[in-house]
Amino acid sequence: MSTQMPLENDGVKTGHANDDFAWMEEQTSPWKDAWRRLKKDRVALMGGIVLVCIILLSVAAPLIAPYDPNKVEMAARLLPPGTPGHILGTDQLGRDMLSRLLYGGRISVAVGFIAVGIAMFFGVLIGLLAGFYRGLFDAISMRCMDVLMAFPYVLLAIAIIAALGPGLINAMIAVSIVGIPYYARIVRGTVLSLREREFIEAQRALGASNFRIIFKHILPNALSPIIVAGTLDVGWMIIAAAGMSFLGLGAQPPMAEWGVMLGEGQKLILVAPHISLLPGIAIFLVVLSLNLLGDGLRDALDPRLRQ
Amino acid sequence: MQRYILKRLLALIPVLIGVTILVFLIMQLAPGDPAQIMLGSKATQSNITALRHQLGLDKPLYQQYFIWLGKVLTGDWGRSIQLRRAVLPLVWTRFQATALLTVFAALIAIIFGMFAGIVSATKQYSIWDRLLMFLALVGFCLPVFWLGLIMQIIFGLKLGWLPVSGMHSPGGEGFLDTVPYLILPAVTLSVGSMAEIARMTRSSMLEVIRQDYIKTARAKGLGQRAVIFRHALKNAMIPVVTVVGMQFGYLLAGAVLVEIIFSWPGLGTLMVNGILARDFPLVQGIILFVASVYVLVNLIVDIVYAFLDPRISYS
Repeated sequence: MSTQMPLENDGVKTGHANDDFAWMEEQTSPWKDAWRRLKKDRVALMGGIVLVCIILLSVAAPLIAPYDPNKVEMAARLLPPGTPGHILGTDQLGRDMLSRLLYGGRISVAVGFIAVGIAMFFGVLIGLLAGFYRGLFDAISMRCMDVLMAFPYVLLAIAIIAALGPGLINAMIAVSIVGIPYYARIVRGTVLSLREREFIEAQRALGASNFRIIFKHILPNALSPIIVAGTLDVGWMIIAAAGMSFLGLGAQPPMAEWGVMLGEGQKLILVAPHISLLPGIAIFLVVLSLNLLGDGLRDALDPRLRQ
Repeated sequence: MQRYILKRLLALIPVLIGVTILVFLIMQLAPGDPAQIMLGSKATQSNITALRHQLGLDKPLYQQYFIWLGKVLTGDWGRSIQLRRAVLPLVWTRFQATALLTVFAALIAIIFGMFAGIVSATKQYSIWDRLLMFLALVGFCLPVFWLGLIMQIIFGLKLGWLPVSGMHSPGGEGFLDTVPYLILPAVTLSVGSMAEIARMTRSSMLEVIRQDYIKTARAKGLGQRAVIFRHALKNAMIPVVTVVGMQFGYLLAGAVLVEIIFSWPGLGTLMVNGILARDFPLVQGIILFVASVYVLVNLIVDIVYAFLDPRISYS
């Protein structure tokens, strides 16, 4: 039975050898180290808190939004922010801006996370398989990634939308396809360096299947760069998807989506600037918080700082 | 060096072939029959069949690709359905406006971005460093289409300093007439890249000025300016060149959004109108053109990079 480790007066641990090892393991867990470092990074934490608040507000939109986001009230058109009953004003159809912003957040933020999820899933899968198996699959898949990367990102997204047709889902698919090569490249590079390491050799010698080696041993070691890239990418994808909607290629009016709202407000920029300014501020805040958190995560997870 | 350039040129060929295949396939995926779109809703079935045959749309896909590629290589990029004009001259004319905007934005981004990065690095942890890096972070996170609107409100509509849309004054022509129209869209487009270049320049400079040869330069009594500009900057520029190259792609594509906001008559407005009107030959031509330009710009960046950094292997 293991006993509680006694602490000497000078704080040096003594006791059973196994307990000593358990203590060391706890101290050197890279994820715990990273979390400890992240907790000390106030700016990153602030980014994380703002992000969580925005996500919570968006998720709770049906509970907290004062109006239906699509409720037209022609008598209350173009009310400025600060009007009683419409704290952030109304748009050209008398729709409540606060309600539209809250509901818009549900779509814009969800699109960002889902698009990154799709890009990450396919990118990581391709990167893992290409890096682990090498050979023909590696050659073909990496040439395909080269071709995708030969396009400027936004242009490729627009090209894909041109093929699939305008719409929110198609815009989301387009921006996620654009993201796939980056994850594939990052993961492939990491796998190439890991596959020759001793612990993988040891797994092979023990008879572990390729599936087990890839998903149980290689993937967890490739996670840090994926997490950092993913966090920073969500912001980029939110901006890209909103940009597509702004151009009329993504979400379509009257949907309450931040890009659509911005586009609708563009024509009324002189009369009612708040219609465009508010969704822009919302996008900016989400992207800023994601960048602060992403930068903090990079510092926390960077192995060079771990020494 | 010549071998390196040749090698890079040869490596371009498969990428360009891939680009043409992808552009061709993307447009094949597009919903609707091009012959039907060209002839309109009142066309008879026999007319559609005849046009399909004329356009080669009844042939197998791979044959269609080679026919299309052959035409592209000989300068026949098809005709715009909507504008009823040959695509290539149209794309070339509009590209000049986009290129002007992109190059101008790139210059602004490089000059101010590098300046901010150098100031930040040489005055690390000072109020200037913090302020510039805060601004860079803000610039990095601002959606370009929103920033464009703000610029229009402040500098165009409230202050009345600059025109907010178009490329020329009524009846005006020439570069000097364009300059006031160019400033707002170019600055808007440049902000994201400027932020990225500033951040990269700062971190790269910080890495370089900690090295021994900089300490030596200081120890032998060189002034701050000489140390920074004659010794540190050249080595600090190597990673910055890569970022600048990547930013060209961002700027070319970002121009689409900026052009729409400022009614700049470039490829962006042409492309979005083309997509909404399902003018596929035009959209295909624009995408192929911009992707080819992007690939070439990346090649030039790689070569400049090799010139700057002798450690790069040319073999």
